[in-house]
Amino acid sequence: MNNNIVKNSIRFLGLVLIQVLILSNINFLGYINPYLYILFILLYPFNSNRSLFLILSFLLGFSIDLFEDSGGAHAAACLVLAFVRPNLLRFSFGISYDHQNLRLSTTPFGARVSYIFISILIHHFILFFLEMFSLSHIIIVLKKTLFAGLFSVILIMLSLAVFSKKYR
Amino acid sequence: MQQIFNFLIRNKNNILFLFLLALSVFFTIQTHSFHKSSFISSANSLTGGIYSWANDFDKYMHLDEYNERLMEENKQLRNVLTNLKDTIPIENYTDTSSFEGTYYFRTARVINNNYSKPNNFLTLNQGKESGIKADFGVITSKGVIGIVDRVNKRFSRVISILNSESKINAQLSKTNHFGSLIWNGENPNIVQLIDVPRQAPVKKGDTIITGGKSLIFPEGIPIGQIENFELDQSQSYYTIDVKLFNDMTNIGYVYVIENLDKENIQELEREDEQ
Repeated sequence: MNNNIVKNSIRFLGLVLIQVLILSNINFLGYINPYLYILFILLYPFNSNRSLFLILSFLLGFSIDLFEDSGGAHAAACLVLAFVRPNLLRFSFGISYDHQNLRLSTTPFGARVSYIFISILIHHFILFFLEMFSLSHIIIVLKKTLFAGLFSVILIMLSLAVFSKKYR
Repeated sequence: MQQIFNFLIRNKNNILFLFLLALSVFFTIQTHSFHKSSFISSANSLTGGIYSWANDFDKYMHLDEYNERLMEENKQLRNVLTNLKDTIPIENYTDTSSFEGTYYFRTARVINNNYSKPNNFLTLNQGKESGIKADFGVITSKGVIGIVDRVNKRFSRVISILNSESKINAQLSKTNHFGSLIWNGENPNIVQLIDVPRQAPVKKGDTIITGGKSLIFPEGIPIGQIENFELDQSQSYYTIDVKLFNDMTNIGYVYVIENLDKENIQELEREDEQ
């Protein structure tokens, strides 16, 4: 339990710093940045206290907002993602999630990709929509969601592969 | 009563979710309305501190380039200065710059710069302690950067010209036809000058400078070159694409301009209104 708290705190701080100091300055093709920090939400223990999880996700997005001057766009996107996560888990992993014995590194590859991909699409869409804040730019929002989303999926899959215990 | 409590406890996660969502949407709306001051910005001591610490590394990588820019600027200023000596007796000339009016310049370093979003901000490593206040103009030797918007003790946040909320008064350098400078959010090197009357002689390659209508920038600071232009839907105003002289993706050091006459002028205008 204690170990879990330490691990998640380090992950929280580490991901925020990596995001704002490195990843947000990539600007691939002018505007595409990966958002790795939602890895925190994706990996947060599945059977933990729901209220605490919502508050932590909000704080995660809010700290990114502080650095990037984006108001509350990241906070809202993270919050919604955290809120719908149980549904996504049930959708992607089915029965094993309901039995609460799920570990992300042991799930089938296809299910894991679908979980990560859908989460990222939801998060990025809300994020870019709130950043633009107008319906007339919806095409740009969708374009950014798709491109940045692919970039994020690749980066998240890679970091999962590098840091997962299965391969050690 | 018991039932109300039961209801609240049963739905505590949903209520928490809705509350936090409302809070974040509120923050978002606040950043999108220009004149309301938002409490959250990157000009606070935590984020500013982290950014300036990280920027220290970056600074060393670009020292050569900054030196070159300074040499270039020194050369230009020396040219202006030698010409001045020929024309007017320098002792009577109290103004430190070649611009009209009285302006005070401060230097600052950009520690955070973004340009890929629809609303971009910069963070500077100087704040109230060095005398910077909101609504000061920010330029480099090459052109306009933006306007200071929030200040804290040691840091300040600048609304970049690459921000859909920014509206800077600008004019053609050859004639006095002026318009407003906006950004459509697409290319970080190109901004749009709108509301230039049709009578203005617009030509590709002409220079755009800041106009004299603003209390923030001195008149005549360069902005960019005309890249393309067309008449708007009403056929009476030009919309001009302006290619910036500044590379907004690589700024480094900036000057912060204070207009010393601003309060006097505003006071005078207020008297007029009454």
